[in-house]
Amino acid sequence: MGTVVSFDVPDWADQVLSRAVAWLHWVDARFSPYRDDSDVSRFGRGSVTLAECVPELAEVLAACADVAALSGGYFTTRPGGRFDPSGYVKGWAIERAAAMLTAAGSAEHSVNGGGDIQCVGDHGPGQPWRVGIADPLRPGSLALVVAGRDFAVATSGVAERGPHIINPHTGQPATGLASITMVGATLAATDAYATAAFAMGPAARDWVQSLDGYEAFAISPGGGTWQTGGFRAYLAC
Amino acid sequence: MRRVVLAVTGTIAGLVALLSFKSHSPTVPVAATTGTVGGSSSSSSSTSSSSRTIPGEFQSVAGTLTQGETEITGKVANTVYGPVQVELVVKSGKIVKVAILEQPTNTIHDIQIGEFAFPKLISETLAAQNAKIDAVSGASYTSAGYIASLQSAVDHGL
Repeated sequence: MGTVVSFDVPDWADQVLSRAVAWLHWVDARFSPYRDDSDVSRFGRGSVTLAECVPELAEVLAACADVAALSGGYFTTRPGGRFDPSGYVKGWAIERAAAMLTAAGSAEHSVNGGGDIQCVGDHGPGQPWRVGIADPLRPGSLALVVAGRDFAVATSGVAERGPHIINPHTGQPATGLASITMVGATLAATDAYATAAFAMGPAARDWVQSLDGYEAFAISPGGGTWQTGGFRAYLAC
Repeated sequence: MRRVVLAVTGTIAGLVALLSFKSHSPTVPVAATTGTVGGSSSSSSSTSSSSRTIPGEFQSVAGTLTQGETEITGKVANTVYGPVQVELVVKSGKIVKVAILEQPTNTIHDIQIGEFAFPKLISETLAAQNAKIDAVSGASYTSAGYIASLQSAVDHGL
């Protein structure tokens, strides 16, 4: 299952853009659980040690352990039993691609990986980035629009195709929410928290409320919605 | 001036759709070439700036152009499920129509996707544009091919 990554960048950014794209392909080669020869696959099979893998894998595993601990085990690197840290890797890779553009001198850009988005700066002079939140119960419609600068948006939900999010505590697909959108400063954590929150279901409301710097908007299977206290600051007018 | 560029990575455990639009007025003239799409790898590598219609299944919307409308055909995006190609009609820098020129029809599920998901994606594309947004988070269908082809059309037309 491929992920489409879209960059919104200044015109001059061609060269760094190609480096960012090369980075994403590197991440895919090293971290894809669908490639037999990736570090993730080989480590998962036990055919190599962590020390024999790229050092970034250890970094990712440490971050995954942090999210797992913070979420009370609702985030796992073994969804469905097999070693697969993709729930963290995707947001991490996109966040880092955005950081590469920043390091190269771009003050305004966004990187969007399959609907999980890292926004840097503004979209234009005085204009925040505007991100529509898809309504999972009314495909084709937006539930609302969030706006902000220097922020990340990630949504977890049920996909038509592709893996369901497993509740690690039951081993079954999570069904307590139709979707949950999280906003925060950086995408790696925001995306991983969204995954954990979706697995958690309605209890995620209190959990996200307890997190500093993160807000959530959720749609329940019946169509009801809720949001955490600070989410309204992100609502676009 | 900005541009939007697309890359498709192979297999990071992704899902869902993304739509990315420039929310400013058009600065790029309509062109049929494939210069700015920074895709690579598996999808979106190929062909075709001419529109292809599959007889009896899909119709190009170009036949119904009114004054001021321009047709832009996306590149064929080769997905693991098969090729996907979309066509846009733009007027004054806005998308007014989207048509699917080609889509996978190998399985019953593909056909259901075609009958159900693609029309939803099309309305989502139009809704996204009307909401003046830069991206959509959490679209409900996996649609890398749709997006890849749509994005190539958008990059050339808006």
